[in-house]
Amino acid sequence: MLQVGNLSFNYGKTCVLKDINLNVKKGEIISVLGPNGVGKTTLLKCLLGMIKPCSGFIEMDEMDILKMSSTHRARLIGYVPQAFPSKFPMTVFDAVLMGRKPYVRFVPSENDLEVVSQVLMSMNLNHLGLKDFDRISGGQKQKVLIARAIAQEPNYLVLDEPSSNLDVRHQLEVMDMLRKLAQKENIGIIMAMHSLNLASRFSDRIAMLKSGCMVCNGTPLEVMTPKIIETVYKIEANIHRINGYPYTIPLNPMPENRTNKELLN
Amino acid sequence: MNTDCLTIKNQDMKNQYKALKYRSLVLLAAFFLIASVIAVIALCVGASSISVTDSILALIEDNGMARSIVWNLRLPRVIMALLIGIGLGTSGAVFQAVLRNPLASPFTLGIGSSAGFGAVIAIVFFNGLVNEYAVVIWAFIFTLLSSFLILGVSRYKGATAETMILTGIALMFLFSSLSSFLQYLGTKEEVHGIVFWFFGSLSKAGYREIVMSGIMILAPMPFVFRFAFDFNLMTAGDESAGALGVNVSGVRMLSIALASLMTSGAICFTGVIGFIGLVAPHIARMIFGSDNLFLIPASALIGGVLVLSADTLGRTVWLPHVIPIGIVTSFIGVPFFLYLLIKKTKEYW
Ligand SMILES: Nc1ncnc2c1ncn2[C@@H]1O[C@H](COP(=O)(O)OP(=O)(O)OP(=O)(O)O)[C@@H](O)[C@H]1O
Ligand SMILES: [Mg+2]
Repeated sequence: MLQVGNLSFNYGKTCVLKDINLNVKKGEIISVLGPNGVGKTTLLKCLLGMIKPCSGFIEMDEMDILKMSSTHRARLIGYVPQAFPSKFPMTVFDAVLMGRKPYVRFVPSENDLEVVSQVLMSMNLNHLGLKDFDRISGGQKQKVLIARAIAQEPNYLVLDEPSSNLDVRHQLEVMDMLRKLAQKENIGIIMAMHSLNLASRFSDRIAMLKSGCMVCNGTPLEVMTPKIIETVYKIEANIHRINGYPYTIPLNPMPENRTNKELLN
Repeated sequence: MNTDCLTIKNQDMKNQYKALKYRSLVLLAAFFLIASVIAVIALCVGASSISVTDSILALIEDNGMARSIVWNLRLPRVIMALLIGIGLGTSGAVFQAVLRNPLASPFTLGIGSSAGFGAVIAIVFFNGLVNEYAVVIWAFIFTLLSSFLILGVSRYKGATAETMILTGIALMFLFSSLSSFLQYLGTKEEVHGIVFWFFGSLSKAGYREIVMSGIMILAPMPFVFRFAFDFNLMTAGDESAGALGVNVSGVRMLSIALASLMTSGAICFTGVIGFIGLVAPHIARMIFGSDNLFLIPASALIGGVLVLSADTLGRTVWLPHVIPIGIVTSFIGVPFFLYLLIKKTKEYW
C-alpha cells in the first residue's frame, strides 16, 4: 500500500499542499481531481520523491520513500509525466526502453528488449516502434509514455493527466487498459485528472483537492455530487447516473462573489 | 486474436530493433576501417619525397632516413591527431547529451577560452615562447579552473543544464577579454605566438605528449561509456530521468568533469582546435541517431577521422607551407557541415 500521511508541502513561502492523507492499495485506481494550480502535480511529485514534503510521511509497502535508493524506488513506482521534452530524436522503442533503467546495469539486456516489445505489442504500438518519437502525434506520445512506465514493471503507477491529449476513443481505450493493468498485475494507480466523467467511470476512489486541502476522498458516487463539484470547481452542475456511474454535466460557472461558507451551508 | 501470431509479431519488433542496432555496429566497424586507412595514407604522404612503398617499409624495417621521418615525425603526428579528434568528439557528444543542448561543445563551456588564457599567461609572463611546457601547464591549470568554476556554481545553484551553459558562456567572455587585454600588453613576438597557439598545431607532437594527452583522453572513456544509457534518459528531461533512478546532478557533474579533462588533454598540447567538438557529434548523430551507446564511440571515431584528415591536408596541399590545423578544420569542416545540414532528411534538433 502507498500511504500518504499528514503531508504538507510549500514552494518557498507559499503553502501548496496542507495535511493530505491518502492511501492507494494495489489493484486500485485513485483519481486526484481539482482545478488548475491546486497542487495535483505537486502531490504526485511528492509521491515520486522528486520533491521533499515539509512535513508528513509517504510510505510505500511500509518503507519511507525518501529513505529508498532512487533505483529501488524506480522499481516500485512508475511515472507518466504531463509532458516529455526531447531535444534529440530517438525511436519509440528507445523511449520505452528507458523504462528499463532500474534493471539495466550497463547496457539493456535481451530480456529488457523482450519486455519492451511485449509492452509495445500489448498497447498496439508496435507499428510505431522504430518511428521517431518526435514524429508521432500527441496522443501517441502519451501512449508511449504510459508504455514506458509499464515497462518499468512497477507496483504503483503515477500518471499526470494521462488522457489530456487523447481523443474520445483513445481515452476510453487507455483508461480501460489501465483498469485491466491494475487488476491483472495488481498495480496501484494514482492519477491526476481533469475529466470528471472519465474519473467517475474508471476510478475506485476519487480525491478532490481545493486550495491545497483534500475536500473529500471516496467512491465516485460519494464524491460526485452537485454540492462538492460546486465547492471545488465553482460551477453549477447536474449529475446523471448511467450504468451506475455518476456523469457530470457542467452547466454554468458560479458568480465569483459567493463565498465558500455560503456554499457549504 | 491468436497468441502464436502475437508472439511472432513480438519477435519481429525486437528483431527489427536489433537489426537497427546491428547496422550501427557495422557502421562503427566501417568508420574504424576508414580511420585506419586514412592513418596509413597520412603516414605515406608529406613534405619529404619518400615513396609510399618506402614509407610502409619504414614501419617494419630499417631503411635509414625514411624510417626516421616516418617514426619520429609522421607517426606521432598521426597518433596525436587521432587522439585529439577522439577527445574532442567524445567530449562534445558528452556535453551535448548532459547539457541537453545541440549547441554545446567543449568551447561553449568556456574551456577553450580558459585554456587560451592560460597559454597567453604562459607566453606573456613565463617565457612560454621558449618554454613550451609552461604553455601546456598553464593551459591545463586554466581548463581545470574553468570546469571547477562551472561545477562550483552548479553545486550552489543546482546542476541544471541552463546553469552550466550560462556559467560557461560567462566564463568564455571573461577569459576571452582577459586574453585580449594581455595581448595588448604583450610584445609583437608574443602576440604572434599567441595567435599561432589559437590556430592549433600538431607540429610539436612527440611521444611524451602523446602519452600525457593519451592518458587524459582515454582514461575517462570507460566511465563515459558507463553513463551512456543514463545520458539517453537525461535527454528526455531531468525529472523523468530522476524518476527512473538516474542520479541526474551527480551524473551531470561527473560527466562534465570527465569531458573537461578529455578536452584539456586534446587542446593543451596543441592549441585550440575548435569546431570538431561541435561537428563530430552532429555528423555522428546524422548517421547513428541519438542512442548514446553508439553516438559516443561514433563521435570519437568521426572526430579522429576529421582531425587526422584536416592535419594531413594541411601539411600536404600547400607545400612547403603547413596550414595550421585549426584553419583547415574550419575551412573544410564548415562547408561540409552546412552541406550535411541542408541535405539531411530528418529533423535532428
Ligand atoms: N516549481 C514551482 N515553484 C513555485 N511554485 C510552483 C512550482 N510549481 C508549481 N507551483 C505552484 O504550485 C501550485 C500547484 O501547482 P501544480 O502544478 O501542482 O498544480 P496542478 O494541480 O497540477 O495544476 P494543473 O491542473 O494546471 O496541472 C500552483 O499554484 C503553482 O503556481
Ligand atoms: Mg499538473
